[in-house]
Amino acid sequence: MELSEHIKTANVEDVTLRRPFHPALRGTLCVTSHHLLFSDRKDEASWQLLILLRNIDAIEKSVENLFGYPRTMGSSGTITIKCKDLLVLQLEIPGMEECLNIASSIEALSALESVTEMYPFFYRPSHLTLHGPWGLSSIEQYYKQTERLQWDRWRVSTVNSDFSVCPSYPRAVIVPREVDDEKLVQSARFRQGGRFPVLSYCHLRNGMVIMRSSQPLTGANRKRCKEDELLLQAVIDGSELGYIIDLRSAQQAQQARMTGGGFESKSCYSYWKRINRHHERGKVLQESLIKLVEACSDPSHSVDRWLSKLENSKWLSHVHSALSTAGLVVECVERDGHSVLVHGSEGTDSTLLVSSLAQLILDPASRTLTGFLCLLERDWIQAGHPFQQRCAHSAYSHARLKQECPSFLLLLDCVWQVWRQFPLALEFSEALLLRLAQEVYASNYGTFLCNNEQERCAAGVKENTHCLFQSLLSADIEEQYLNPLYEPTDLAIWPSVHPQSLQLWTGLFLRWTEYAQNMEEAREEMWSIVKEHRERVGPDRTNKTPSTHCDTLTPFENLMDELTIL
Amino acid sequence: MVGTLYLSSTHTIFVENSEARKETWVLHSLMSTVERLPTNPSGSPLIIRCKNFHVYRLLIPQEKDCVDVLASLTRLSRPERYGELFCFSFNPNLDKELREKAWAFIDLKAEFSRMGIPSNLWHATAANHEYRLCDTYPSELYVPKSASPAVIVGSAKFRSRGRLPVLSYYHRDTSASICRSSQPLTGFSARSSDDEQMLQAIMKSNPVSEFMYVVDTRPKLNAMANRAAGKGYENEDHYTNIKLQFIGIENIHVMRNSQQKLIDVGDLAAPTMSDFLWGLENSGWLKHIKAAVAEDGVSVLVHCSDGWDRTAQACSVASVLLDPYYRTIKGLMVLIEKDWVSFGHKFSHRYSHLDGDPKEVSPVMDQFLECVWQLMQQFPCAFEFNERFLIQLHTHIYSCQYGNFIGNCQKERRDIKLQERTHCLWPHLWENRTEYTNPLYRTDHSQTQGVLKPLTTAYCFKFWKGMYGRAEKSLTSQSPADCLNAVREESQQLEEELSTHQERLAELKEMKTSGERKNTKKLSERARRPIPSECELGSPLDYFTAPTSEKHTPSFTLPLELAAQPKTGDPDDLSTCSDFESGVADLSSHSSSAGDDAKDPD
Repeated sequence: MELSEHIKTANVEDVTLRRPFHPALRGTLCVTSHHLLFSDRKDEASWQLLILLRNIDAIEKSVENLFGYPRTMGSSGTITIKCKDLLVLQLEIPGMEECLNIASSIEALSALESVTEMYPFFYRPSHLTLHGPWGLSSIEQYYKQTERLQWDRWRVSTVNSDFSVCPSYPRAVIVPREVDDEKLVQSARFRQGGRFPVLSYCHLRNGMVIMRSSQPLTGANRKRCKEDELLLQAVIDGSELGYIIDLRSAQQAQQARMTGGGFESKSCYSYWKRINRHHERGKVLQESLIKLVEACSDPSHSVDRWLSKLENSKWLSHVHSALSTAGLVVECVERDGHSVLVHGSEGTDSTLLVSSLAQLILDPASRTLTGFLCLLERDWIQAGHPFQQRCAHSAYSHARLKQECPSFLLLLDCVWQVWRQFPLALEFSEALLLRLAQEVYASNYGTFLCNNEQERCAAGVKENTHCLFQSLLSADIEEQYLNPLYEPTDLAIWPSVHPQSLQLWTGLFLRWTEYAQNMEEAREEMWSIVKEHRERVGPDRTNKTPSTHCDTLTPFENLMDELTIL
Repeated sequence: MVGTLYLSSTHTIFVENSEARKETWVLHSLMSTVERLPTNPSGSPLIIRCKNFHVYRLLIPQEKDCVDVLASLTRLSRPERYGELFCFSFNPNLDKELREKAWAFIDLKAEFSRMGIPSNLWHATAANHEYRLCDTYPSELYVPKSASPAVIVGSAKFRSRGRLPVLSYYHRDTSASICRSSQPLTGFSARSSDDEQMLQAIMKSNPVSEFMYVVDTRPKLNAMANRAAGKGYENEDHYTNIKLQFIGIENIHVMRNSQQKLIDVGDLAAPTMSDFLWGLENSGWLKHIKAAVAEDGVSVLVHCSDGWDRTAQACSVASVLLDPYYRTIKGLMVLIEKDWVSFGHKFSHRYSHLDGDPKEVSPVMDQFLECVWQLMQQFPCAFEFNERFLIQLHTHIYSCQYGNFIGNCQKERRDIKLQERTHCLWPHLWENRTEYTNPLYRTDHSQTQGVLKPLTTAYCFKFWKGMYGRAEKSLTSQSPADCLNAVREESQQLEEELSTHQERLAELKEMKTSGERKNTKKLSERARRPIPSECELGSPLDYFTAPTSEKHTPSFTLPLELAAQPKTGDPDDLSTCSDFESGVADLSSHSSSAGDDAKDPD
């Protein structure tokens, strides 16, 4: 079925649009295969609103058809559009039939299943070309560019080059050098979904590593896998202890054995110490998000009611547990000097969340704009977070929950909490996080399409779409994603996880309220101060290269310099 | 930390045994409770909780010492007479003249004239001279000109404790006013024609409007209950053209308990993610007063029971919303002096300066400061001061270091000769105002202008971590405001520097008549400096004593140096040199042009 067949009414005149902060507008509404276009041509400068249909999470229609009135006059309908970026719009459409037609087109077109029909495959901006490398870097490049203590203990394995060992891993992974590919294949058979332990991060200071995997398939009768044990043995190689952070409660881990999963037993992995940390996943997280958004979208609550709703949503508790587990990982690596293996059950959600947050806290390189995007690419996109399943719907949808889960949103929220606690330590700004939160649900770019690298290759994503990260780094738009106050630090930034220190991410959840407007002004003001300063200080000054030279200049020399020029 | 504890008559001093010998001074008057926990093998623990929400934990090796310390602290932290307060012994080495000048720093008369009160409608009355009419009001009161002395006296008799309706704030743009009073003594049926005439006069002094609002800040139930005690509220039948509204701010006792709960939550760090926010009952009344005065241009009379707690809150928050002046550092000082200090807010009772009735204690002023803070959160560019200023104010309200907040009313302050015996806080804060400045504040900003319209939706209120979460301040916190301040300060310095250099260049040019103008050298010099760190900013002097001190270097040595300069040849210098040059090249175009049209004399 062609996309255009879904469209029964393409154009409606005299539609009234209501949206937050703005007066109601009258104009023309168009539905295309991928967009909803509203344009107001009354004024000279025509104003347009373009919404990706993919961005529409839910649509509610109410039709007023007053009997007794002539059809042409009495009937009209209102469509409420709730977007995945939490914006809510209202359209008043004259004519009941048109209204219903448009609503059904939107419903059909916003829930396309096939990847290649989605907009990124049609998005062709003039300033971008499809040729050239896709993405920021690959695992091989990452391996080459990184230099760490005992880095030669690690190697890039291409055992998964045809995705047969693990369908959700990229073609290349980093593993201990002394473990050959045959052992990796065996280990993969022993792990759920074939996600055998691979390196996620190696700490600059002491060469300790963060590994991630899925749960071992020990099952009820405590199966063992020699190769898996050897693999983990090779990870700690020599040092006396490693930590396994199991993102389930001890009880859940026990229960997992009944369904074929399990955990690393003490007797088989004698050098590893297991720590259980309970993390919610899947449905619970999604429901938490739904409750939170619901609480935020009703301004009529009293203070008490609002607080109890906020608490009920448990969203901040999830933020809290993610940050504190990441803190635990960092503590193992940075303070105690031990390597860490992180896994939950599938190893595609909270595992990635914890390992990438830990890197943000530990690694100054991942706190730069480029570094952060590389981290996301490595640890989320290439590592096989199933974006398509997880982000099919957001908080407004009435559809029955399937695989939806806001893991990535939770990551962004955690990063925001870190950013708020250390306003100078991250090079990127809140705007970047907001942009990512929007793009992950509906995008012009192909970055967040599909569930893993294998699917991306099959669908030809890299050949037929543009990469979001590349475009975010292009010079002309980069500035709005930079933090004006950035001042690099080499230290680990330990976020506080006291309940008092965690706040609701107003920038995202209250984005479409008046509240956000004043904040925007403050941000602009901040920029203007910094810009003014930079202008004065000189355009080529970078924060990163404090020169010691000027300290050695005596005042007299200073003066002379100046006079020589004259 | 291990150290030695010293007790003086005013402070508890803890000196660390470490190299730095860091000292921690705690004022006794700031201590709220001292508690001794059961002795354990390592010693006797002592917990000191302060009124500004700091908590200190001590471990004293000898139990006997601990008991002694506890006894003396308990006594010292609860002075019984005014004379024992720290402000009477605090001596910052100011001579008498300066001290008097300091007390004159905030002049309320000047403030009333700043409001632009039209003299044909309002005037200052001497009725309360020597506090004859009302002992808790200031001696100078502003009342409608049309109200005769007899009406004023009659109205005072009909109001609880003689607190008659007087002017608190006059809004020039709409000529509406905010007046304040205490509750009328209506009982179930009493009325007073004088009081009715007084209200009539207030209404008439706003020529624009036909009626006025009377805002009773109590819940209606409380107001009704007061009637049984011979007090009550205005009957709309007896007063012509008034509209009575109840707002329902709970009384001081409820507030006190609420704050205590909040502190407990902070103490336990209980993992419930919900913070018990208080002071937010205010959400409703903010709206009412603002709407009445600003939009309708209608005068308002605000009162509660006695007219010194909730009334002061309501009036002062309304003033902050209405008048940009009160959002400046000086303005907030004036406002506090006017609405709180002079109109008899019972500072000594509410903040337990002296050992007294615990029922009288309540965080009314805290609540006002919190309201201002919440507004600052919503309008980050609208306030000249920052959070630190509010916290500093809060500390001083409790600390009794300065005489400003001692006593319960003007009369009492005069009786204990406060101005002669203590020092004034305001000039001290004013001198350090750079520390309290909000870097985002600009006088011409849109948020700065006119009336603030805050949102009162529940989710707009936040937990004031800076105030209540001080326990965990030890964490390395980065403050964007500080950073911005630093950046801005450096910009300013550079600006100044630029102008001195341009002046110099002009001078030099006159001497040399020819020569290229390249005044940007100095700028590229700066370009290679690292971002200003705290220490650098702390001592901006060494930063550019250079050019100023050597200003008189004879310029005829120039040619010599010109030849000498490029000789420096080691690789290090070379690299910097080149980057140097490029810096100049980059800069010269843009900056000299800016300099040209802005400042160069030719």
